[in-house]
Amino acid sequence: MTRDRQPPAPPPSARAVDDGTAGPFPEAGDRPLCGPSGEPDFAAIQASPEFARLRRRLRLFVFPMTALFLCWYLTFALFSAYGNEFMRRKVTGEINVGTLFGLAQFLTTITIVVTYARFAKKRLDPQTDRIHELVRADAEAGRK
Amino acid sequence: MKVLIAAGTTGSPALNVSIFVVFVCITLFVVYRASGSSPTASDYYAAGSGFSGMQNGIALSGDFLSAASFLGISGAIAVHGYDGFLYSVGWLVAWLIALLLIGERLRNTGRFTVGDVMAFRMKQRPVRAAAANATLVITFFYMLAQMAGAGGLIALLLNVHSKGGQALVITGVGVVMVFYVLVGGMKGTTWVQIIKATLLLLCVTFISVFILGKFGFSLSGLLEKAAQNSPLGERLLEPGGWYGRNAMTKLDFVSLSLSLVLGIASLPHVLMRFYTVPNAKEARRSVVWCSWSMFTFYLGILIVGYSATALVGSEKILNAPGGENSAAPLLAFRIGGTVLLGVVSAVAFATILAVVAGLTLAASASFAHDVYANVLRHGKADPRSEIRVARLTAIVVGFLAIIGGIVANGQNVAFLVSLALALAASANLSTMLYSLYWKRFNTTGTLWSIYGGLVSGLVLIAFSPAISGSPTSIVQGVDFHWFPLTNPGIVSIPLSFLCGYLGTVLSKHPADPDKQAEMEVRALTGIGAKL
Repeated sequence: MTRDRQPPAPPPSARAVDDGTAGPFPEAGDRPLCGPSGEPDFAAIQASPEFARLRRRLRLFVFPMTALFLCWYLTFALFSAYGNEFMRRKVTGEINVGTLFGLAQFLTTITIVVTYARFAKKRLDPQTDRIHELVRADAEAGRK
Repeated sequence: MKVLIAAGTTGSPALNVSIFVVFVCITLFVVYRASGSSPTASDYYAAGSGFSGMQNGIALSGDFLSAASFLGISGAIAVHGYDGFLYSVGWLVAWLIALLLIGERLRNTGRFTVGDVMAFRMKQRPVRAAAANATLVITFFYMLAQMAGAGGLIALLLNVHSKGGQALVITGVGVVMVFYVLVGGMKGTTWVQIIKATLLLLCVTFISVFILGKFGFSLSGLLEKAAQNSPLGERLLEPGGWYGRNAMTKLDFVSLSLSLVLGIASLPHVLMRFYTVPNAKEARRSVVWCSWSMFTFYLGILIVGYSATALVGSEKILNAPGGENSAAPLLAFRIGGTVLLGVVSAVAFATILAVVAGLTLAASASFAHDVYANVLRHGKADPRSEIRVARLTAIVVGFLAIIGGIVANGQNVAFLVSLALALAASANLSTMLYSLYWKRFNTTGTLWSIYGGLVSGLVLIAFSPAISGSPTSIVQGVDFHWFPLTNPGIVSIPLSFLCGYLGTVLSKHPADPDKQAEMEVRALTGIGAKL
């Protein structure tokens, strides 16, 4: 069983193909992703480069986005509490800055929802599927 | 005169009741059909994870389109104007936390309760006990708010003004609700939520489009009329109508906004909904669906609130039985007569019923699954006895809800809910985020953040003007408050994050790396997450 995988970081670990146990360099991330009886080896998966990529992608999207919308929302809340002068300024007819600011929160929220859904579908789901495949392949190899 | 107004606005109690009874009959039939003959634990707690993302998304919004949103927020906007609007903004934005940080990861990690996730890589018994304590306290507060809404609604709709009569109706509502939970479990409760959320969305959309049409689709025209009809005048449309009096109330406003945005994704009965779908993708889809229906609903409720002021007038709303909470029903009566009032009140009743059923289920799951099966029986409970305990708990919780509903009355329900949200954000949010995303987080940290947030939140509420020492507080006649804010969020939420951090770094027992690896892999990929 050989598997195509992007070359892991050197040094290449001494991976024994038929040996189901963890290799001598667990941190190298190139040991079988399943134990001898086919159950997933979580530490190995966690150390694998594919998983690291998934985690990085997720965190790079989710954490900045959370910070962004929280700041944007808190700006709105702080202005509502302390920026009365600004918020009551009329923009058109009876509609003032405060009302528009609130409605803008509606728009940004739904935009982030849609953006994340598309991002997850395009960038996260395929990567998750890939990890599932690798684990499945190793489970089959382990049984042989 | 006041009596006349009251009698005039109740419409026809007989019609209100019959529309409601039709709703109850239909849902009971659905619940009965949905329930299998011998449900497993997974059926009872999580509907066998058999709902689609769309179904669960609508049910999820149903859980949140509670009496608090429908009656409380429309009332708050009608009477306090802009400051009421902040509630709806906060409650919409809050779903981003569920979407980005929690929903999918929770679905992959846990099975039935919040405790499943919190205790995943920690020492089981103390953490599960803590998680169950937090769930029970939060749920109780939330339930109190819902039942308080029921009291006001009954006064308004059925023209029942004696305390004894109201108590009787609340008892009736409580009994039907417990019946839903016992017979239908999660599946039945979810169907009730789906039916109710659809009705509520249709109702609010219809009313708001109709009214906007009346004003020639000019939001400005509607706002102008609302401002004319409110004692606040122009200030109705500006921030500060409710919380703008002084520096302390402004800080309270900020504290409230923080609780609103962080609390929703921490509510046990909302989190439990993520287990009713088969996988993380469907969990994500449910939040997307939920966000869209929230978006529609809260835009609609903005119109409903302001037009209640414009067409009914805030004086009349405040003088009606049920006070603020009666804005939406009064508006319905104003534009659609007795029939629309009947429909709107039946939907509002249904809302209370369905949400309280969801809360009861969350509380009973938490007690049976976390406390009974894992703490008392060390995880070796027979599943049949676990379900029996869950059902018994549902009866006890239902009983408490009835008592609570009879005792708590007259407070704005949106305000009561905000206290529950502050507690949820304090006890659950920090713990779950740390547990999912911070490698070093350990048992001590978990316990510190749950109890730190929960206890500080409770203590601050107990000694806040919400409980004593102000004209609107729950206990009248004595004043033992020393904490100046009604909402504890701004103190207790950061405090729980701090407690979790300190508990973790000061503990001598480091986190279990194997369990951490398992949890992280499982949370992100779903590998190892069996149904």
